[in-house]
Amino acid sequence: MTPPAAANPPALELRSIVKEYEQNRVLKGVSLSVREGEIHALVGENGAGKSTLMNILFGMPVIWETGGYGGEILLGGAPARFRSPAEAMEAGIGMVHQEFMLLPGFRVAENIKLNREPTLPNPVSRVLGRKLESLDIPTMRADSRRALDSVGLTIDEWLPVAGLPVGHMQFIEIAREVDKANLKLLIFDEPTAVLTETDAEKLLAIMRGLAKKGHAILFITHRLDEVLAVADRITVLRDGEIVGTPDPKSTTVVRIAELMVGRPAAVTAKRRFFAPTTEPVLAVEHLRVDMPGERVEDVSLAIRRGEILGIGGLAGHGKLGIANGLMGLYPASGRVIFGEALFPLNEPRLALERGLAFVSEDRRGVGLLPEESIELNIALSALEAHGRFLHPFPIPALRVLDHGAMRAHALEMIRALDIRTTGPSQQVRRLSGGNQQKVCVARAMTLRPKLLFVSEPTRGIDVGAKQRVLEILTALNRDHEVALVVTSSELMELRAIADRVAIVYRGRIAAVLPPDAPDAEFGLAMAGETAQAAA
Amino acid sequence: MKLPGPLREFGIPRLLIAVFLVVLFAVAVATHMDLRGLISDSIVRVGRNGILVLALLPAIQGGLGLNFGLPLGIVCGLVGAVISLNAGVQGVAGLGLATGIGVALAIPVGAGYGWLLNRTRGQEMMVGTYLGFAIVSMMSVFWLLAPFKNPTLVWAIGGKGLRTTLSLGGIYDKVLDRWLSFDLAGMRIPGGTLAVFGALCFLVWLFFRTRMGITIAAARSSTRFARAAGISDERTRVQATVLSTVLGAIGIVIFSQSYGFVQLYTAPLLMAFPAIACILIGGASVTRATIGHVLVGTFLFQSILTVALPVTSQVIQGDISETARLIIQNGMILYALTRTARS
Repeated sequence: MTPPAAANPPALELRSIVKEYEQNRVLKGVSLSVREGEIHALVGENGAGKSTLMNILFGMPVIWETGGYGGEILLGGAPARFRSPAEAMEAGIGMVHQEFMLLPGFRVAENIKLNREPTLPNPVSRVLGRKLESLDIPTMRADSRRALDSVGLTIDEWLPVAGLPVGHMQFIEIAREVDKANLKLLIFDEPTAVLTETDAEKLLAIMRGLAKKGHAILFITHRLDEVLAVADRITVLRDGEIVGTPDPKSTTVVRIAELMVGRPAAVTAKRRFFAPTTEPVLAVEHLRVDMPGERVEDVSLAIRRGEILGIGGLAGHGKLGIANGLMGLYPASGRVIFGEALFPLNEPRLALERGLAFVSEDRRGVGLLPEESIELNIALSALEAHGRFLHPFPIPALRVLDHGAMRAHALEMIRALDIRTTGPSQQVRRLSGGNQQKVCVARAMTLRPKLLFVSEPTRGIDVGAKQRVLEILTALNRDHEVALVVTSSELMELRAIADRVAIVYRGRIAAVLPPDAPDAEFGLAMAGETAQAAA
Repeated sequence: MKLPGPLREFGIPRLLIAVFLVVLFAVAVATHMDLRGLISDSIVRVGRNGILVLALLPAIQGGLGLNFGLPLGIVCGLVGAVISLNAGVQGVAGLGLATGIGVALAIPVGAGYGWLLNRTRGQEMMVGTYLGFAIVSMMSVFWLLAPFKNPTLVWAIGGKGLRTTLSLGGIYDKVLDRWLSFDLAGMRIPGGTLAVFGALCFLVWLFFRTRMGITIAAARSSTRFARAAGISDERTRVQATVLSTVLGAIGIVIFSQSYGFVQLYTAPLLMAFPAIACILIGGASVTRATIGHVLVGTFLFQSILTVALPVTSQVIQGDISETARLIIQNGMILYALTRTARS
């Protein structure tokens, strides 16, 4: 069956778009079109040129500050050249961002109609002009209601936005764009990145519905299964060039991934075989963690010496809370035995000193000092917790940083983990997501932990780097006998590297399964339908 | 405008100021002024003001922004100076006693100030400004009522309350300026003051390479990172404030010995502003500063002040140097504040 959109006129056409940043060609003649009623997916690794293309399309100042672009854009058949985001919006381009652009203190309807409010004349406005007309609240509410209904959101349009769940905010954003009368093209930029899986599915359904009503949609995402689920056409971008337009009906995730990285991608990491011991390195009893959005109610768990334990589960059920709680980042209670001794909770410093380490899911906030150098980022925790990388001096407080030792260690880590950088003194924020993650892992390794928690190790990094990070983690476990607790939203990844996978449901362990257990068992556990809560 | 790499790194503001300074010197040469005298005056003023500029560095590195509350440290130093004068201790011993008392006072005062800043997070610069103003006014009352009896310090008529300006002549006026001083190409260089300034710069540089210093700088960049690394950023902020306040106390004592007078009452009121302008002209931002910024900035700003007055009065009839100082000083602070809003 051919998609119904195939015959429609293109809403957007890009013709050989070229863009250079300081002699560096980031787009090398990209042409693509989006027809009315069609979902066109644009995929590519980080740095493939997707964001640059979006910046051009949206008239972002960064494009004009760096010399503009070459090529042509046709919107609804007419040539367009946007000098500012306001121009692009006026011309009919709607954008759904991954960070929400909503005013929290305003009501839902006020957000949807912001700056486009329907108004009624009043005596003052008759004298002083249209800017002072009164708001037509009933029309605002009716319009908003219609827009919210079209995205399947049943909440009251008169509620304030602040305090609504994250998923709702995403849908309000979409409703706002849909409400615009002259909307010609709707761009979704990684819209599911912050959504739970149920919300993500709902979002995909809404995208399909919008396309059916005749909207042209450009869909940018990392999640290839979503692409296959909704796209009518797919364009794969690599190094600023289109490397393929696979047909979504006949292609596979693996094939798209190969196109993106330009080499056959092994989506699984090699498992290392190890004789499991039953001796626990960390035993947790009745752990309770008060982490907003990821609350842990009652988790009992034993982590065995030298194993990789995977923790999976749906978003919001508390899988992330376990590591954060044990590391002392959120208030926790319970009884924890580490090695032989009782382990103090709520003491982040002691956790590090006793030999735990943590690679946080929040790379930019908790994991890194983005403004500082790679070498300092790698050395800092060990310097803090164990006083390493300091020159010897009788009085500990007066010991001074041993820059040479820090640099030598950083160079060793850069080589061992294959961190792509211009040098150890480069600022971490200039690295790609995958390389930043390697820096986080390097810092954790520098602590020489007995037990390492890694949360969402591959979130937001590209396919090639994902593979590398997983390899590094398994090598760390194998060569240094560090017990690993890997928490991830990607079940396949856990099943690829873990010896056992614990599934968390509503703040409790629903099941601990071997990685090769049937899919159905994992599915049931994630839905909370098993009774075996023993770890 | 694109500049070649090394110049761009130096920064356009610094470039403009440096060019302005060169022009001033050129005019001075053209009008046959005493160039050596001007240069030597500039160097004296660098030594005189340097430590007060250096005092801002720990606060910036600690994430507290520009320490507009520097007058807190300054009044601590002044109390030390007055007590030492009242006791009549002469020479280096008097200077040492003044510094010692100043530092001893600055530690608890800095800790209290840091505690306050932790309670008013995000508004450190505003709180510092007003706290500085308030303390200076409070101390004005203190200077008037404090039970100092030494007749060289109190008002001649009535015998109560300290004078506004206390001369250090014959006590420790310029002891450091003279100590280790030498002549270079016919210019008198105040070796001792520069040596003390240099030594303190080195110590601060060294401090930010110790575990505590690195911790302070790390906590500045990210509170949540700090917490995950087991660092209490409330503590590091207090440490940074104490260090800044202590350096302010030392700075004013060194300033006074070089200037020859101890200035009381409202004198410390606006002292933070030129110091802040110095470090900003040197290239520091509200979130990042180095010893290099302190050195370059102090030299550029103080030289302009020294040279502008005689040169302008030579060229045009009248004095615009004070006007120029205020424009450069406050313009620089404004410029730096606009730059932080963006990041």
